[in-house]
Amino acid sequence: MKTILSKEQLALTIKRLANQILENHPHLQNTVIIGLQPRGIFLSDRIVQELKKLVDPVTIQYGKLDITFYRDDVRKSLHIASNTDISFSIENKKVILVDDVLYTGRTIRAALDALLDFGRPSKVALCVLVDRRFSRELPIQPDYLGKAIDTIFSQRVTVLWNENDENEQVMLFDN
Amino acid sequence: MKLSTKHLLGIKHLLLEDIKLILSTAAQFKEVLQRPVKKVPSLRDVTIVNLFYENSTRTRMSFELAERRLSADVLNFAASSSSAAKGETLLDTVNNILSMKVDLVVMRHSASGAPHFLAQHIPAAIVNAGDGINEHPTQALLDAFSMQEKFGSLEGLKVAIIGDIMHSRVALSNMYLLQKMGAEVTVAGPPTLIPKYISEALGVRVEYNLKKALQWCDVANVLRIQLERQNQPLFSSLREYSLTYGINKKLLESLGKEMVIMHPGPINRGVELDSDVADGSSSIILNQVENGVAVRMAVLYLLASREN
Repeated sequence: MKTILSKEQLALTIKRLANQILENHPHLQNTVIIGLQPRGIFLSDRIVQELKKLVDPVTIQYGKLDITFYRDDVRKSLHIASNTDISFSIENKKVILVDDVLYTGRTIRAALDALLDFGRPSKVALCVLVDRRFSRELPIQPDYLGKAIDTIFSQRVTVLWNENDENEQVMLFDN
Repeated sequence: MKLSTKHLLGIKHLLLEDIKLILSTAAQFKEVLQRPVKKVPSLRDVTIVNLFYENSTRTRMSFELAERRLSADVLNFAASSSSAAKGETLLDTVNNILSMKVDLVVMRHSASGAPHFLAQHIPAAIVNAGDGINEHPTQALLDAFSMQEKFGSLEGLKVAIIGDIMHSRVALSNMYLLQKMGAEVTVAGPPTLIPKYISEALGVRVEYNLKKALQWCDVANVLRIQLERQNQPLFSSLREYSLTYGINKKLLESLGKEMVIMHPGPINRGVELDSDVADGSSSIILNQVENGVAVRMAVLYLLASREN
């Protein structure tokens, strides 16, 4: 077991990600944030909190997307869906998808499909906290990245959040 | 977490966890149905046959729409226009259809227990869309979903099921489901249409006076008089039934309280429900129809997912 990002580092990383997003999307005009259920929304909640300090909060459009019904392994085992809540149009918007760990890329593939059922965004970017590079099964890369790490298949990366885990850090487990 | 059953044959043997899983999944599908593209690719590799040995508008269309919204391939079979009319047995028909690689069978049949019989003989998963006077599980699930949407929870909710209890599969499925979810149930109607030992057998209250039943309940689930299943007269005339057990606006207003009116359809307007009640503000009949698609999507999704 190893800590990849401590609580303090995690908070700094989230601040940096929020600032990087603003760098490329001034005032978040025409830009929307969409967190991926179930665990990506803890990160997107925090990024949106940071963004609220930096831009006028009313301009921030923030939604949550569940991709269960779009998974490519949906019938291999039973997957339970979480809430989707996108109460605005994404037509011609710039969408920033937010998830905690980027691993095989299959979740993001499904998220892109799901997103298109809500409209045709002008651009989609990907923001993740941890990138398990070299483990990708699809050609998908992050645009905003907390930390890239090298892992092997048997290892497990878990992001702990206060809401669920009463702790806040990124851990690597050897199984 | 998964369903405890391979088929949905009835509510009777369903666990409370199964019901909760179906209803919470249905809530997610209801959101899907509000999107610009109301379709998900989940069951792209699944073929479903709708086997209807008995007439249906709502249920068949609702199932078919649910199947298409899940991207399944859909085959429709209506007994009246098929070889069943030439005398082919149920099992032969189904085995022939299954040899065309069908994964799931949605079946309605006038014989109680027909889907249970099929479940013992074929490998495909079966969804009961109504069997005789036995059960109609998806209707009960969508009724519960609609009540939950309106009241938040069914715990302690008072539901009166009114009308032809004897011949109604909707009534039986509803009685099982509502009680599993903690609601109190009263059945009301003429003595000839209420089975004699129903309160001992199913733990429901019986009330022969319509007004008393309405005064007691939060929700009235009003049933259709099923003349096609009554082979002897069980009340004098529809007009008499309507006078004693029909719900009209005057009666509702005389209660001096808010209540919710439900009906599984098709309505005999002017018999069990007057138009001013069926189309009035206390009616959630069209919400029930809307929720039916989401609930059936949930059932099909959950049954198909656990196959592999």
